[in-house]
Amino acid sequence: MAELSFKDFASDQEVRWCPGCGDYSILKAVQRALATCGAEPAKTVFISGIGCAARLPYYIESYGFHTIHGRAPAIATGVKLANPELDVWVITGDGDGLSIGANHLLHALRRNIDLNILLFNNEIYGLTKGQYSPTSRIGTTSPSSPGGSVDNPVRPGAFAVGAGATFIARGIDIDQKGLPGILTEARAHRGAAFVEILQNCIVYNKDVFESISSRKTAADHQIRVQHGLPLLYGGNQEKGLRLNPRTLQLEAIQVGADGVEDVLVHDETNPTLALMLLNLEPPLPTAIGVIHRRQAEPFEQAFWNAKPRARRQRVVTLLHQGNLVDHRS
Amino acid sequence: MSQQLAEKNSHVVRFAGDSGDGIQLQGQQFTVASALAGHDLSTLPDFPAEIRAPAGTRYGVSAFQIQFGGERITTPGDAPDVLLAFNPAALTVNLPHLAPGALIIVDDSAFSAQRLRRAELTANPLEDGSLHDFHVCRVDISHLTLEAVKRFGLGAKDSARCKNLWALGLVLWMFDQPRDATAGWIQAKFANNEAVRNANLAALAAGHAYGETAELQHILSQHPIPEAPLDSVAYRTITGAEALALGLTAAGELADIELLFCSYPITPASALLHHLTGLGEAGVATFQAEDEIAAIGAAIGASYAGKLGVTSSSGPGIALKTEALGLAVAAELPLVVVNSQRAGPSTGMPTKTEQSDLHQAVYGRNADTPVPVLAARSPADCFETTIEAVRIALRHMTPVILLTDGYIANASELWPIPDIDAFKPIANRKPTDSMAESVWERDADGLARLWAAPGDARHIHRVGGIEKDIETGHISYDPANHQAMTDLRAAKVAIVADHLPEQAIEQGVAGGLAVVAWGSTFGAVYQAVKESLSDGLAVAQIHLRHLNPLPSNLGELLAGFEAVLVPELNNGQLATLLRDRLLIEVAQLNQVSGQPFPVAAVKAAIAEHAPARLVEAPTKEAVGKEIADQGVGRG
Repeated sequence: MAELSFKDFASDQEVRWCPGCGDYSILKAVQRALATCGAEPAKTVFISGIGCAARLPYYIESYGFHTIHGRAPAIATGVKLANPELDVWVITGDGDGLSIGANHLLHALRRNIDLNILLFNNEIYGLTKGQYSPTSRIGTTSPSSPGGSVDNPVRPGAFAVGAGATFIARGIDIDQKGLPGILTEARAHRGAAFVEILQNCIVYNKDVFESISSRKTAADHQIRVQHGLPLLYGGNQEKGLRLNPRTLQLEAIQVGADGVEDVLVHDETNPTLALMLLNLEPPLPTAIGVIHRRQAEPFEQAFWNAKPRARRQRVVTLLHQGNLVDHRS
Repeated sequence: MSQQLAEKNSHVVRFAGDSGDGIQLQGQQFTVASALAGHDLSTLPDFPAEIRAPAGTRYGVSAFQIQFGGERITTPGDAPDVLLAFNPAALTVNLPHLAPGALIIVDDSAFSAQRLRRAELTANPLEDGSLHDFHVCRVDISHLTLEAVKRFGLGAKDSARCKNLWALGLVLWMFDQPRDATAGWIQAKFANNEAVRNANLAALAAGHAYGETAELQHILSQHPIPEAPLDSVAYRTITGAEALALGLTAAGELADIELLFCSYPITPASALLHHLTGLGEAGVATFQAEDEIAAIGAAIGASYAGKLGVTSSSGPGIALKTEALGLAVAAELPLVVVNSQRAGPSTGMPTKTEQSDLHQAVYGRNADTPVPVLAARSPADCFETTIEAVRIALRHMTPVILLTDGYIANASELWPIPDIDAFKPIANRKPTDSMAESVWERDADGLARLWAAPGDARHIHRVGGIEKDIETGHISYDPANHQAMTDLRAAKVAIVADHLPEQAIEQGVAGGLAVVAWGSTFGAVYQAVKESLSDGLAVAQIHLRHLNPLPSNLGELLAGFEAVLVPELNNGQLATLLRDRLLIEVAQLNQVSGQPFPVAAVKAAIAEHAPARLVEAPTKEAVGKEIADQGVGRG
């Protein structure tokens, strides 16, 4: 098959998100990733729930199934079990994946079924016109919380660690350099790969990730993690993270002033470190990249290990089992 | 009473005890023995929802009823003529249902002051005269069991647990039924525990020997029963859950498609999951999902990916699946949804039976979302009805709801094993190599779109719950298109009727009263109509397998009757459906007690509504011949 470009993964449908929505960049990153890793459109399936993010399957030239609110991981599980050869992607959002569908997300992750799950987190309900979501920060004003929300938000990455996810990454919608690579890694992972993508809702929660994503401030507000490399950030990589052994928390240090030898080296196989990185809050930087990855048997493999994939026995033998009474003379 | 148990061609026996006494096992083993003795049979397991309810309490009583005999048997019997009661509670709760003059066998030592108190009794019914209308046979079953097994050195608890098999041995002796199958079952079950194995075998033999040798002829004697007039084919006993499992497996084979069965545990539907697990060699894989919604979701995913997705639950679980069912309708994917109905609303009575989800199945979705609905009439009928459900799902690319109930799922009957080669292969809409169709082209027979699945490079497409353009499948908010799609979805289900056989009259003739029923009431209605015909009433039985759409000749058929009676185990759901679809008047017989209909209740309603025969009644011989022609267990 001739090599495909990202344009080959664009369907003939007009994209209908709001102008300036972060979803456009994510769509492009997904198409780039698919082209880069040689995905086959016929063997690729995008499955989504409900919400702005969930429209994405219509725009990708592959099989696509736009399902119902929160249930995409369950439907994707059936697809993957029925045909493990397929490359199955789940597109969800913070409301779809962590509110109405959090149960299915939990079970897809703990089973470790080989799905690539992309959660577009914009910390708001977009398609229903701007109500606060399960990831909205306390005090978010919205049509359903005019005085500011009082719910504690859930942290998607920490949720995934708790579910026992074997691959957890975080990316940024407009990061066309970094995001396709993260998605490629997610696709390569055998098992459930969970990617939280910080996504700007230009209408209802504009610039909520501005400090992390804007070119001017990004260096001090995000830390790009890479397995085996020290956890450094800042414009000149002059800052680093180290473990405070007394509080068992990560803290920022100035490289040089505080000594570089204390800076932690990222170990993506360590779920405890992953949890600390995923829970970082300002003024500490937001972790971006592949934060956790370990190998474990994918569910569909364990599922089919014990049974044949195709029919080998005829039903007539089953019919004539049990407590037979033979009245044939 | 001095008179013994009446000699009859069939008997109704009820085993009752604590839910930890092994009553269900006792009943199942007796069922097998009865079948091997050549009897037709019908069973009713009747147990509490609690797994091991407190011993000796009335609410903790577990029972198993069987009617068996040398004639056609279609119900587990209205009134037991033999009751085996392991304790005072088991006696007390079952007493009101016994036939006059029934034989009661009790475990004598269980009637202690403490156990009487447990059963909320102030006097001992064995001694206060309250049983004087019955034959009572007091046997110290617990003590005799301990005697029989003491040489195997088991602990007190394990020894006592053998009493169900001791008592089974005695009842098997009473009806001269073989012990071999039960002995074989014990050998296999306790293959790795010699002491328990030998103790249970000894208990079974001792109970049997007790019948032979005890000086109880005045009260307990043998009642050999003639064999049923069975066709010369092979038979087996089968429960509804087993027949469903085999039906799904057979349908997969007939369609040459593998099945993915996805479900979440719920009473009384879980038995189907258990039976299907382990049929991997026969093309069925089972997935236990995290909840009801995930179960139907995964089944839909499987169908989307080209296998046949099947999910199963009971009413409350079906309620949870409803939104996803709408998705399967919108996406036009084949799917089978089995509902083993139970008594409700809400949790209701999970182990008790009811037919109250008919409206949920036919009407219970948001928007105009029609789905074909079928119902099985008996445990064995689940096999064929399941195959028909799969056939419809694949022909029309639609979800199908198959209704059974707690009674059918657990009850067993004798089943003439069908010849699988006599079933027509099941066609489907998968693209063939020669097809140049698009995904959204429809065939005239089923109005079904193409079943194109991921992996097929010729048919890459997107689909979902958003309304789609009737031609291209793309998202469409066009008003005329939505009207056209709504009409199409309705037509697709309506056209199912074109493929159905004409509704037939089960027994009796047109003109008088039509008794129209569906589902598991078949056996009781069959017996009631049969007896009413013998009594000279103008009555006929019409039993529906297809509830949506209804058979197209049903209206015309019913127009040939003076009156229509609809007996059902709900508050009138089929009656409402018939009024809705056929604009006819119907009389109702409704029972919502968690129990199957007694034949007598249906008979009384028939007598109330049926005119006397206008034409000469057929002789009893003629009715008998008609029955014999239909063979046994066919229904």
